[in-house]
Amino acid sequence: MSTATHLSPRLTTTTAVRVLRQLRHDHRTIAMLLVLPSLLLGLLYLLWQDVPPVPGQPDVFDRVGLTMLGVFPFVVMFLVTSIAMLRERTSGTLERLLSTPLSRLDLLLGYGLAFGLAAALQAAVTVTVATTLYDLDVAGSVGLVVLIAVVDAVLGVALGLLASAFARSEFQAVQFMPVIVLPQFFLCGLLVPREQMAGWLQAVSDVLPLTYAVEALREVGRSVEATGTMWTDVGIVAGAALLALALAAATLRRRTD
Amino acid sequence: MDVVTVSDLVVDRGRRRVLPGLSFAVPEGQVTGLLGPSGSGKSTLLRAIVGVQRIRSGTVTVLGHPAGSPALRDRVGYVTQSPSVYADLTVRENARYFAALYGRGAREADAAIADVGLGEAAGQLVGDLSGGQRGRASLACALVGEPEVLVLDEPTVGLDPVLRVELWERFSGLAAAGTTLLVSSHVMDEAARCDRLLLLRDGALLADTTPGRLRTDGRSDDLEEAFLNVVRASAQEMAR
Repeated sequence: MSTATHLSPRLTTTTAVRVLRQLRHDHRTIAMLLVLPSLLLGLLYLLWQDVPPVPGQPDVFDRVGLTMLGVFPFVVMFLVTSIAMLRERTSGTLERLLSTPLSRLDLLLGYGLAFGLAAALQAAVTVTVATTLYDLDVAGSVGLVVLIAVVDAVLGVALGLLASAFARSEFQAVQFMPVIVLPQFFLCGLLVPREQMAGWLQAVSDVLPLTYAVEALREVGRSVEATGTMWTDVGIVAGAALLALALAAATLRRRTD
Repeated sequence: MDVVTVSDLVVDRGRRRVLPGLSFAVPEGQVTGLLGPSGSGKSTLLRAIVGVQRIRSGTVTVLGHPAGSPALRDRVGYVTQSPSVYADLTVRENARYFAALYGRGAREADAAIADVGLGEAAGQLVGDLSGGQRGRASLACALVGEPEVLVLDEPTVGLDPVLRVELWERFSGLAAAGTTLLVSSHVMDEAARCDRLLLLRDGALLADTTPGRLRTDGRSDDLEEAFLNVVRASAQEMAR
């Protein structure tokens, strides 16, 4: 018998399957998950289509589009997860789950696994559309782009789970999105190259995980072979995600008032 | 043998003291009814027994372990007052998920659904069910683990009388088979169906009794009236 303090791969998968079943009943959410990033990327493609390229500079859409492939799963999964977890809390199912043999980490990893899979599907669709319809140039393997997108999504899930511990209502949960996501987006090196930032802003950017996700994507974008920098970046993002999951488990209280 | 032992339990919620120091024991294999008006602290007490309520002081022991300890999680079933099942899953999907958490299979899940009379609605989304049906779906998700101790918070609210009787018969059946049930209710006519009664008012235990003894002590065959008489008698005693 599994005890509640130990991880159980069986209970983690069972929970992931349950979360995916819930998703499956919600057709509109699935459609939006799969199609929206491609549509938004299309808008960016059209935005730069008629802008003449600067000689010697990489194509702007290639740079921005590739970065967005990492940003979309992060933002979407952050939002979806924080709302899903808040629903567990308000519907009483969380309290009930905590009285069963399911451990807190099993529950959180289950969410990570389920939404990670959803993100893999989303990234596969978006990358395919981007490279065929919008001529996005990726020097490296598109499989690696999908992998980075998935790790990014898991980071979004983990931070969403953590943020939901501090949200008492849906209004609060939704507002955590700009707080967590926008600073990371501003400082990730897309808007202003990191080398040109003020020293202290660069230092802040150094400790934000999205910075490494964006760097990893850029490495795949310009290098045919997977680089060591890219793998280090992926490792850092994954590590940040695991840290956030552990913190989320620590803030998930079994006993409440 | 006592399955649940509560001693000097004190619980605060916010600044309010909900339970000012409760002590009692629940014997094995019986239906113990926790009765009292809404706001008397029934849910808080049940949450403390399940181990999800933060307590100020005192001890709650279940099957020899501190309430909520890992060893108890597949031995104690809990049904919250408002149905806690996933509205965006079918009844069957809900039951199978909770069955898996308790290490049971699809067969046990289907049996639990049939037990609460939801066999016909098994394929429906819980969100599309009536309030009473949702409550029963929630109950099925606890029955599926075949727990030794079943803690039920107002399980019969909103049910039609026929179903209510059926459920109480099921509770008696479970108790006869050795399950210990702790059931809260604010309807006194359900008290008659319990083996033992704990009467709670303003967080204090007014009486630890049986339906028969309550009738004698309260000098009425009607349990509601007997309860009122006991309340009045204890109020007079306090005044003196």
